[in-house]
Amino acid sequence: MKNFEFLQPLSAADAVAAWTPDAAYLGGGTNLVDLMKTGAMGPDRVIDITRLPDLDRIETTEDGGLRIGALVRNSDLARDPDLLRAAPMVAEALLAGASGQLRNAATVGGNLMQHTRCPYFMDADAACNRRVPGSGCDARGGAWENSAILGQSAACIATNPSDFCVPLAALGALVDVEGPSGGRTVALEAFHKLPGDTPEAETALEPGELVVALRLPAEAASFAGHSRYLKVRERTSYAFALVSAAAALRMDGGRITEGRLALGSVAARPWRIAEADALLAGAMPDDALFARVAERLLEGAEPSNDTGWKIDLARRTVIRALQMAAAGTPDRLPPLPASPFGPSEVAVHA
Amino acid sequence: MPLSIRLTLNGTPRDIALDDPRVTLLDLLRERLALPGTKKGCDRGQCGACTVLVNGRRVNSCLALAATLDGAEVTTIEGLAQQDDLHPVQAAFIENDGFQCGYCTPGQIMSAVGLILEGEAGDDPERIREGMSGNLCRCAAYHGITRAVQEATRRMDNQRQGDAA
Ligand SMILES: Cc1cc2nc3c(=O)[nH]c(=O)nc-3n(C[C@H](O)[C@H](O)[C@H](O)COP(=O)(O)OP(=O)(O)OC[C@H]3O[C@@H](n4cnc5c(N)ncnc54)[C@H](O)[C@@H]3O)c2cc1C
Ligand code: SF4
Ligand code: FES
Ligand code: FES
Repeated sequence: MKNFEFLQPLSAADAVAAWTPDAAYLGGGTNLVDLMKTGAMGPDRVIDITRLPDLDRIETTEDGGLRIGALVRNSDLARDPDLLRAAPMVAEALLAGASGQLRNAATVGGNLMQHTRCPYFMDADAACNRRVPGSGCDARGGAWENSAILGQSAACIATNPSDFCVPLAALGALVDVEGPSGGRTVALEAFHKLPGDTPEAETALEPGELVVALRLPAEAASFAGHSRYLKVRERTSYAFALVSAAAALRMDGGRITEGRLALGSVAARPWRIAEADALLAGAMPDDALFARVAERLLEGAEPSNDTGWKIDLARRTVIRALQMAAAGTPDRLPPLPASPFGPSEVAVHA
Repeated sequence: MPLSIRLTLNGTPRDIALDDPRVTLLDLLRERLALPGTKKGCDRGQCGACTVLVNGRRVNSCLALAATLDGAEVTTIEGLAQQDDLHPVQAAFIENDGFQCGYCTPGQIMSAVGLILEGEAGDDPERIREGMSGNLCRCAAYHGITRAVQEATRRMDNQRQGDAA
């Protein structure tokens, strides 16, 4: 690991002032320290933000929404009663990510900012346009089975691996940031960028900007009764998604009044299509409708490498997530959050 | 810049000078503080062998920079037993064959202690397996581990109820 200067500022203003182009903010460190070990990242200055005051709180805002500080740990957020009431599928997505240990360390801000799991991005010796602009892309034609099917470019076929961000995108979450030129708010849907010709620009953040909070609008709670996150993995737990889907429905007397969908691990950002959501509004829930919605959401999907199977899997994942959402949010999250398997379907050694 | 941190390590306050900000908590424990009970498996957050409690919560010590932990309370496998009395989770691992080679075991036990403190899995084997999924065991002692965590959970519940009565 390259050596660095270690700073521990005590205010957000000092943290931003300490930032330089070769610096990195450090949250829980579960992504950054890993990438520093592989050499994929080598900041000259590490700015530990975990001592910043007041960013570890979850508050109800005046309009009835939630404001979640950037330093709230993933595990604390997942068990917060207000979040469970307003947006149980966000808790389900958090609990389906990583492990108990990692969730205890990982912060809200770090989860939003986590980098792709493309193995060539993580390998300092590989060519990677995202890590070193213009160096090429070893993932294309390389040994990565889980690359994008939507929104990829000639320069980069990476996906965003976050579970958390998928339901957040569906529910219209907002991200508050502070930077050298003051504070502003970015919609989560616009937070992660598609690669285009500049895959190195991973997010909408300007240099030096710090995520300070995440906001969930009050309206999110109107979906709480019918919303699920579904994550398909290579093993039951402690694995990144192959494909995931967040499905949220507002229902009135058996009819859907509004629907929100987002797909995860298929593109460099959570994938949302307004026209797919619109097909749900005013419709009665049934499998034929769900299939049409999935078709629309995946319009234009194309394999990168050998990922044709992901298109099929994504379609079925959307349909299943919609079926689960229509059936209603369970009172308590299932033992295997976001899993396609119920307890009895998993091999149990007697 | 010389860094120094203060940790309460297995109950004892320690002032520790760090010559390098790159040192992880795992390397600090094993290489500099002569506490090799915490194991290094992957060094990347992928196996759980390095699990310790920081301020009562289980974390992967391989991904925690020691410099960030000034003021923290750290508990390692060496700090669980009270003299000759094993911690209930340690005892349950022995009684239920919760290991074979033993390499993953300190991490498994610390993770189980953390899981039980979190108090959400109860003795439901499915929730225990999910809650322990951050700890891999190459010997696949999973069945015994699940039983050990179930039993330790019940014992610690009874103990707590006994203490309260
Ligand atoms: C083995 C393993 C399995 C995992 N499995 C999953 C999974 O299944 N699903 C999933 O979603 N995730 C998974 N993760 C990823 C995990 O969720 C992230 O590592 C974690 O959320 C990052 O949060 P952090 O606070 O540790 O971030 P850090 O590592 O501290 O930072 C990550 C990045 O964000 C930047 N940053 C941090 N905070 C801020 C801020 N406030 N403002 C601006 N920039 C900031 C850092 O500079 C860095 O570039 C896994 C990780 C590991 C190691
Ligand atoms: S897919 Fe993107 S992240 Fe992966 S090697 Fe290519 S440019 Fe880098
Ligand atoms: S050594 Fe820390 S998780 Fe493997
Ligand atoms: S007992 Fe051998 S690795 Fe778990």
